[in-house]
Amino acid sequence: MSKPLWLLAELTYRCPLQCPYCSNPLEIAQYKDELTTEQWLSVLQQARRMGAAQLGFSGGEPLVRADLEILITEARRLGYYSNLITSGVGMDEARVAAFKAAGLDHIQISFQASDEDLNNYLGGSASFEHKYAMARVVKQYDYPMVLNIVLHRQNIDQIEDIIKMTIDLKADYVELASTQYYGWSKLNVAGLLPTREQLARAERIAHEYQDRLKGRMKILYVVPDYYETRPKACMNGWGSVFLTIAPDGSALPCHAARQLPGFSFPNVKTQSIESIWNDSEAFNRFRGDAWMQEPCRSCPEKGKDFGGCRCQAFMLTGDATNADPVCDKSTHHARLVTEVARMTAVSLADVRAQPLVFRNLKNSRALSTTPTA
Amino acid sequence: MSEPTITPETIARISPMFRLQWEEAQDCHVLLYPEGMVKLSASAGEILKRIDGKTSLSALITALKLQFPGVPLDHDVTHFVETAYGQGWLRSVADE
Repeated sequence: MSKPLWLLAELTYRCPLQCPYCSNPLEIAQYKDELTTEQWLSVLQQARRMGAAQLGFSGGEPLVRADLEILITEARRLGYYSNLITSGVGMDEARVAAFKAAGLDHIQISFQASDEDLNNYLGGSASFEHKYAMARVVKQYDYPMVLNIVLHRQNIDQIEDIIKMTIDLKADYVELASTQYYGWSKLNVAGLLPTREQLARAERIAHEYQDRLKGRMKILYVVPDYYETRPKACMNGWGSVFLTIAPDGSALPCHAARQLPGFSFPNVKTQSIESIWNDSEAFNRFRGDAWMQEPCRSCPEKGKDFGGCRCQAFMLTGDATNADPVCDKSTHHARLVTEVARMTAVSLADVRAQPLVFRNLKNSRALSTTPTA
Repeated sequence: MSEPTITPETIARISPMFRLQWEEAQDCHVLLYPEGMVKLSASAGEILKRIDGKTSLSALITALKLQFPGVPLDHDVTHFVETAYGQGWLRSVADE
């Protein structure tokens, strides 16, 4: 059995922003109890002993945790390469300096858009100027800096301005990541899914800049998989290299897995990470290929993409053991194609006229009382 | 950006984007960088761990020859260092 290489520590679901494409679960309001500092330190130690080398501090907004400096210090001592995945809201120069002293290796700041109004609208908060200032501070402290911009129907046409902004901020890596439809973004998919024409244009521009900036800035362009014909090798396979610990201590094979029905995910409060990883039913359920149905079971590519994403299979077919319907061998693929065509046939003006559901506690509470089909 | 010219006098250091460390679980040296890890072969690890921002390429080759006598490694080491520059793992001290 392989061992966890990547630990994603979702320190909290609290967040000052309200992005409607957030991949956190819709039920954020139900998870109020966060692990204590001591419990997080133990998580870091246990996962490192098993061989985890990459560590992401994420959330929600990890800066909300006042003990972040303590966790970073321990991460460095243990030999992790640690990454702070942040909106920049809640950051100031003193904290950037403290993180540096504590041994944080790199910082990833997300922007919602390259123009202030759209950025602030999508984040549900007047955060643009502050993010911009903080990105400057991050470079001033000599961190490798990743800028992450989630692309979707309402900002993808600005891609050139977005890239220019990242050049101005001297980013080292830029992730132009098409929205993946989990959690809040699945709820808002009709307002977020770009058209094929938008994508073709964005891809052409991204590739132009990739060539032009070679050796200076690395641009990663992630296409939305709803337009693909083969699924992504999600998480490099279930329980293969990724381990997510959610704010309440639940251990998940990926951060979206909580929505899968029929699972009881183990918790680090009551079980060691080693036993969770090696022995828990949840981490073993989709390992190997015995769980697969056709067309995956006999597919020559099953060792390459592992049947795609379990969450996507569940969301789009109702059964997590089905092939991810992104795959054109799936009997559900045609329906996905039709659905994508239907959603993207709506004009941008009409899409904009439909309100997005923002990710916040009020909406989370309202959604959890709405019966689901 | 122009391709760097590697000479015996070149003094390199690990680029700030990367961190070199011995990784017990992998039983090899690795380069860690934002969201990734390069596993290094034993010889690549031996070379990179001597790159400290002070040692010239020729001094590095001399040190390796002392440790691995009889191994004809001049060409291989230079070739690897060129590759490492191409990957962005290394940076010349003179360029900073």
